[in-house]
Amino acid sequence: MLDLILSIYEIPVINILVKIIVILVPLLLTVAYFTYAERKIIGYMQVRIGPNRVGPRGWLQPIADAMKLMFKEIIFPSGANKVLFTIAPTLAIATALAAWAVIPFGSEMVLADLNVALLYILAMTSIGVYGVILAGWSSNSKYAIMSTLRTAAQVVSYEIAMGFALVGVVMAARSLNIGEIVEGQSGSIWGWYMWPLLPLFFIYFISGVAETNRAPFDVAEGESEIVAGFHVEYSGILFAIFFLAEYANMILISIMAALLFMGGWLSPFEGVGFLGLGSSFLAASSIVWLLAKTAIFMFLFLWFRATFPRYRYDQIMRLGWKVFIPVTIVWIYVIGIMYYMQIAPWFIKG
Amino acid sequence: MRHLTQFINSLFLAELFKGLSVTGKYLFKKKITVQYPEEKTPQSFRFRGLHALRRYANGEERCIACKLCEAICPALAISIESEERKDGTRRTKSYDIDLTKCIFCGFCEESCPVDSIVETRIFEYHGEERGDLLMTKEKLLAVGDKYEQQIAADRAQDAPYR
Repeated sequence: MLDLILSIYEIPVINILVKIIVILVPLLLTVAYFTYAERKIIGYMQVRIGPNRVGPRGWLQPIADAMKLMFKEIIFPSGANKVLFTIAPTLAIATALAAWAVIPFGSEMVLADLNVALLYILAMTSIGVYGVILAGWSSNSKYAIMSTLRTAAQVVSYEIAMGFALVGVVMAARSLNIGEIVEGQSGSIWGWYMWPLLPLFFIYFISGVAETNRAPFDVAEGESEIVAGFHVEYSGILFAIFFLAEYANMILISIMAALLFMGGWLSPFEGVGFLGLGSSFLAASSIVWLLAKTAIFMFLFLWFRATFPRYRYDQIMRLGWKVFIPVTIVWIYVIGIMYYMQIAPWFIKG
Repeated sequence: MRHLTQFINSLFLAELFKGLSVTGKYLFKKKITVQYPEEKTPQSFRFRGLHALRRYANGEERCIACKLCEAICPALAISIESEERKDGTRRTKSYDIDLTKCIFCGFCEESCPVDSIVETRIFEYHGEERGDLLMTKEKLLAVGDKYEQQIAADRAQDAPYR
């Protein structure tokens, strides 16, 4: 029996399918409980206690929300383009999930070990924006189209800054393969790229917040001005899919920040002489470190949302074009100089 | 110089970090949520909730159909019809308060010369059918009879301030 299962598992299609399920099911569960965490944490920051009625301490709240959305009616506005109206959320979720194919969870734990993984992720997140744009356009509603215009402008501007920030990482690691980028940071906590690339690290994460249309850059939703932006006309499961895609993207940005700048699965105690920590089990690379680092960034997303008021549209543009892009370009030069000076431990010719 | 410090502050996101520290502190503060059905906030004796019509201790209804409450009601929620009772006194034939119109301002209670119409502490009530929230004289008197002790105690507590 076991042999049979193993032999079935050897079939490439089955093998890949199993791996996809192993990645996606925990991801979707994380998304569900990320929404719960969001409501709890923002509630706590507002001196409230958040959802606590459905199940013990409100743990079943996301399940209840999902059930509710599944059984709600999907309303197609009479002026909407039905085909595009349904394609839009599909596009959003498909790209948001497809990007996870190249994310490594450990030195061997990766579904697709692409050599251009970083480019692939940039491509996927860029295509995901088309989901938002199509949604706004096909709704045939003035608020939706306005939100679409805002999203298009915002995401295009921030993608440049984000791309430049990643160029810094690529320069430091001399590879587009995420696994190799993480390996390039090994040695000790000082080997992480967040130290030499500190400005790029900040810019990457803030651009990531802008890319996912999260507060304080959520003009695309802008409840106070344009109701709910691109998804005003969406209801039921189609709306839920947008929601899912947004949160999957947030987690993706978080895990990318952890992988590219904070050493991914490498332990912060690696190479520490103090108290023999460097040789204890704490120093071992493990997926736990990766998830812990990711959780920090996910928490930051929520913290930002609880703290900052929404940026005005022209302020967003100013920040993107007049602050982030110049800073990244300057820092790319700085990296070049650091290379020239052979600054250890990051920029030694290997 | 001022411009320079301002530039440095904005470049290093000084104020944003300040804001983050505020919300970060509040994350650990004691939560002030009152979990309503289990916990309740304290109520004032001047609470203005469901209306009631009171009686004197001998069982005689207080209302003399002067219609001051009807006159002062800003929402026009009260409608009264009066008649002469067999003993020659003026009494109400009907006394209706439409709770869907009422704004719970308490003017009716203020205007009443005989402390007949009062607003009680009761606020947890509902109507299941149309007309349930139309309080007739019988319903109002019933509320008054049921909660007379509480009503009298609240009026007594408020009396020194009048």
